[in-house]
Amino acid sequence: MGERPNLAATEIAAAVRAGERRAADVVDEHLAVIRERDGEIHAFLTLMDEHARSAAEGIDRRVAAGEDPGPLAGVPVALKDNLCTRGVPTTCSSRILEHWRPPYDATVVSRLVAAGAVPIGKTNLDEFAMGSSTENSAFGPTRNPHDTGRVPGGSSGGSAAAVAAGFAPLGLGSDTGGSIRQPAGLCGVVGVKPTYGMVSRYGLVAFASSLDQIGPLAPTVADAAALLEVIAGHDPLDSTSIPGPAPALRASLDQGVDGLRVGVITELLGEGIAPDVRARVEAAADALAAAGAKVEEASVPAVGFGLSAYYLIAPAEASSNLARYDGVRYGLRVEAPTTGAMNVATRTAGFGPEVKRRIMMGSFVLSSGYYDAYYGKAQKVRTLIIRDFAAAYETFDLLVCPTTPTTAFPLGAKVSDPLAMYLSDVCTIPSNLSGDPAISVPFGRGDDGLPVGVQVLAPALGEAPMFRAAAVLEHAMAGAAGEGPSR
Amino acid sequence: MTATQGTATERTGAGSTTEWETVVGLEVHCELATATKLFCGCRNAFGDEPNTNVCPVCLGLPGSLPVLNRQAVELAMRLGEALGCTVRPSLFHRKNYFYPDMPKDYQISQYDQPINVDGFLELPDGSRVGIERAHLEEDTGKSTHVGGGGRIHEADHSLVDYNRSGVPLVEIVSRPDVRSGEQARAYVNELRAVLLATGASDARMEEGSMRVDANVSVRPAGSATLGTRCEVKNLNSTRSLGRAIEYEARRQIDLLTAGERVVQQTRHWDEADGRTHVLRSKEEAFDYRYFPEPDLVPLVPDDAWRESVRQSLPVLPAERRRRLATATGAVPGEVAVVVERGLDELVLAALDAGGEAQRLLVHAEHDLAGEPADALDPAALAALTRMEVAGQLTATQAKAVLAELVASGGDPAEIARAKGFEAMGDDALAAAVDEIIAANPDAWGRYQGGDAKVTGFFVGQVMKATRGRADGKAVTRLLRERAGA
Ligand SMILES: [Zn+2]
Repeated sequence: MGERPNLAATEIAAAVRAGERRAADVVDEHLAVIRERDGEIHAFLTLMDEHARSAAEGIDRRVAAGEDPGPLAGVPVALKDNLCTRGVPTTCSSRILEHWRPPYDATVVSRLVAAGAVPIGKTNLDEFAMGSSTENSAFGPTRNPHDTGRVPGGSSGGSAAAVAAGFAPLGLGSDTGGSIRQPAGLCGVVGVKPTYGMVSRYGLVAFASSLDQIGPLAPTVADAAALLEVIAGHDPLDSTSIPGPAPALRASLDQGVDGLRVGVITELLGEGIAPDVRARVEAAADALAAAGAKVEEASVPAVGFGLSAYYLIAPAEASSNLARYDGVRYGLRVEAPTTGAMNVATRTAGFGPEVKRRIMMGSFVLSSGYYDAYYGKAQKVRTLIIRDFAAAYETFDLLVCPTTPTTAFPLGAKVSDPLAMYLSDVCTIPSNLSGDPAISVPFGRGDDGLPVGVQVLAPALGEAPMFRAAAVLEHAMAGAAGEGPSR
Repeated sequence: MTATQGTATERTGAGSTTEWETVVGLEVHCELATATKLFCGCRNAFGDEPNTNVCPVCLGLPGSLPVLNRQAVELAMRLGEALGCTVRPSLFHRKNYFYPDMPKDYQISQYDQPINVDGFLELPDGSRVGIERAHLEEDTGKSTHVGGGGRIHEADHSLVDYNRSGVPLVEIVSRPDVRSGEQARAYVNELRAVLLATGASDARMEEGSMRVDANVSVRPAGSATLGTRCEVKNLNSTRSLGRAIEYEARRQIDLLTAGERVVQQTRHWDEADGRTHVLRSKEEAFDYRYFPEPDLVPLVPDDAWRESVRQSLPVLPAERRRRLATATGAVPGEVAVVVERGLDELVLAALDAGGEAQRLLVHAEHDLAGEPADALDPAALAALTRMEVAGQLTATQAKAVLAELVASGGDPAEIARAKGFEAMGDDALAAAVDEIIAANPDAWGRYQGGDAKVTGFFVGQVMKATRGRADGKAVTRLLRERAGA
C-alpha cells in the first residue's frame, strides 16, 4: 500500500471505514515494524499476530459488505499485559501468572473490539504494575525508543514505548500512581488517567483497587480522546463505575482555553523538580495564557503528603488483591507437603522483590494495632488531598504541573534505591488519591534532548476542558517546532 | 429468662458453695434464599454437580469484580426488620486470610458498619435474646478431604467445590443473653421460624444452610462480669447445640471449681464422644487485617425501599403466638407448638366459626401433627368441638371423627352417626354402669372402701361394654353417686 504505518489512529480508521485501506494491511505494516525493532525495545510480551490478522480480515469483510465496523476500525492497539484477554496469556509480567490465559475479556477489550480496534499484542509492565521504569518485569525491561539506554518509565512502559516507537497507533495502560502519565511523559506521547470510575476496571488485574484506572496512550491528544470515548462509560460489572455514557471529547477539542482559569501548582515546581522540566512547565503556562487562559499560581498544600499516603494505601490494597495467587486454582504452583507450605513456596518463587516488598508493607500497615497509625492516617491524608484540590478548583478550572521530576533516567539507575524510584511519581500520585482526571502532553525536550511531559489536571469529570487545554499545548508545540507533535 | 435456668451449684474445697451461671452468645450463619450469588450471576443452588455454578467472579479470577445482589440485600433487610433491628447504611470490608476454599483469599463481609443492628428475638417462653447485628457476607467454597479419615492433616488430597463460593450469608450475632443449652435450642428454633417466615432462608442445619457457633462462658450467679469464653464449632443440629453447651459449661465449671482458669479457645464439638476439643487458642487466632472493600460502594437503602420491605413482612411467629393466645385465653408459651405447626390460622378461623377454644388447641397440638391445615374446613372443626363440649362425643370418638374429616371432609355430625357415635343417653350410661358394678362385687367393695385405684378398672370396663361411647368423666361421676359419696 505504500503508506507509513504511523498515521494517526483516527486517520487509519477513516481510511479503513471508507474502504481506502485494508485493516489487514494496517496490521501487517505494524507487525513488520514491531519485528524490525521490538527486539531492541522489548515493548511486547505476547504478540497477538494471528488474532490480529483474523480480526482485521473480519473488519475488511464487514467494510466490503457495506457495514461500519466502528470508530476505531482497523486500528491496532497495544494492551498492557494486566488487561484480561480471553485465551491470550495475561501475565502481569509475573512468573506467578506466566502461563495463565483468562477465560474472559476485560470490558475495555470488549469495547475496543466492538469499536473495530484490533488488539495487536500484550505489552510489558512492572510486575503487577508496581514500579516506575518497567524494570521490575520478570521477563526483562523495556527500553525507551528515544534512547535505548534509558527506561521508558512505568509501569505502563511497554504500551508507552509501543506507541512512541510506532508499533501501534494506540495503547492502553493502567494508572495507579502515574503508571500511564509518567511513561507517557518519558516516551513523549500523550497519556491520560481518566476520572476514577470513568473506565470500567472489570478485567484489569487489580493492583490497588481504589486508585487503579485504565486510560489511553496515544501519539496525539485527538487520538487519546478517540480512544477514551470508546472505552469510557458505565459498566454494570464494575460497582465503582460512574453511571452515564462516555463523555464526548473530540467534538469540543478545538474550542481552546479562552477565559479558562488555570493554576500552576507551586508545590510541584520546587525542590526535586529538574530546572529543565520546570522551564517546560512554565513555557506551557505561557502557551495557555497566550491562548487566552487566565494563568496564576495555585497552592494545593496537601500534595506534599501524597507520596507517603500512597505508599501506605496502595500496598495495603495490593497485599489483599495479590493474596489470591496461592497456587491453588491457577498460575504457578510449587509443590510442597502441605497446602500452607505450597502457598508459601509458590509465592516465594512467583513474586519478584518489589511485589514482595509491597505485600509486606501492606500486610504490616493493615495489622491490628497498626491500622490506625498507618492505613487510617493515610486515608485521612487522602481526604485532605481531596479537600485541597476541591478548594483549588473553586478558583481554577484546570491545574498544571510537571508529569515527572526529570526526563527518562538510565536503566539500572534507581533499581537499588526504591525511594528514589518512588519519587519519580511525586507529581502524578495526587490525582490518583483525589480520583480526578489528569493528562500528560509532550511539551518539548529537556537539556538532554529527551521528551518532557506537562500535566493538565481537572476536577472529577472535567475531561472535556482538560483535553481542550492539552490540545492547545499540542498545537503550541507544533507551531513552535514547525512540524507535527514529537514522537 | 428466669434466674435459675442454667445454673449449677458446686461445692468448693472450702466447703462453701458457688452457684454458677452459664452465659451463651450465638453466632448463626444462614444462606440467603436468593436465585443467584451475592456478587455474581451464578445460580445459588445446593447439591448441583461440583464446580458447575461458577464464573470469574466467584472463582476470584484476576481482574474480576463483585457486584452486589439486590435480592440478597432485600432478604437481609427483611430479616433485620423481623428481628426489630435498626436497618442502616452499611459498608463491606475485606477479611483477609489464606484458605484453599476461599478463592480470593479474603472474604467480603460487613465489619464495623453492618446493615442490621440492635434487635431482639422473642422466644416462646416470653424471654428475649438481644441481637447485636445481622450482617451480609459471602460464603466460601467447600473442601472435601480425601483419605486419612477426612481430616485435613492426614488427607491424601483435597477437593474443592466452588459452587458455594459467593453464596450470600447473613451472620446473626446474639448478645450473651442465653443461659442454657435448652434456651439456645429454643433460640435457634425461633430464629429458623423467623427466617422461614420472612423467606430469607430455608434454614436447614443438616444441609449446612444454617450453621451455629456458640460462645460459652460461666460465672458465679449474680456476677455482672462475663467469664472467659470459648467458641464451640461444628454444631450440626439443635441437639448437638444443646449438648455441646451443657458439656462446655460443665467443663468450665469443673476447671474453675478445681481452681484452674478457663483459657480463651475455639473448640470443636465431637458428636460421637460428646465432648469439645481444642481447635486453636486465642494466640493462634488470625489477624484478619480488615479494611473497607474498595471494589464496592457504600450500601445505603433509601427510605422507600425500607418502607416497602416493612410493609411486605408477614405476621411473625411471636406475634402469631400472642394473637392466638389472646383469642383462646391461653398464654403464648402454651400455643407455641400450634404456631410452629402453622395451625394457628386454622384455629383462629374455627374460633370465628364458633369453635371451642380449648378443644381446638388440643386437636391442633395433638391430633393434627403433620396434617396440612388447609385440608380442614374450619367450620366443620368448629362444629366438632361444639359436639364434644355438649357431651355428644367423647374425646376418643372426636379424634376418630377428626381423622375422617381430615381424610375426606364432610359433616362431623353425619360422620359420628355413621360410626355409631350418637351420644349415649344418661339412662343408657347409668344402666351400663350398674351392670358392671353388679358383675364385679369384690372390686365394688374395694371402691366403696375408698380404694381409688379401682376407679380406672370400672371406667375401663364401662368403656369396653359401650364400645368407647361412654364419657369417662360421666362414668366417674356415676360411680361416685352409686357409692353414696
Ligand atoms: Zn459466579
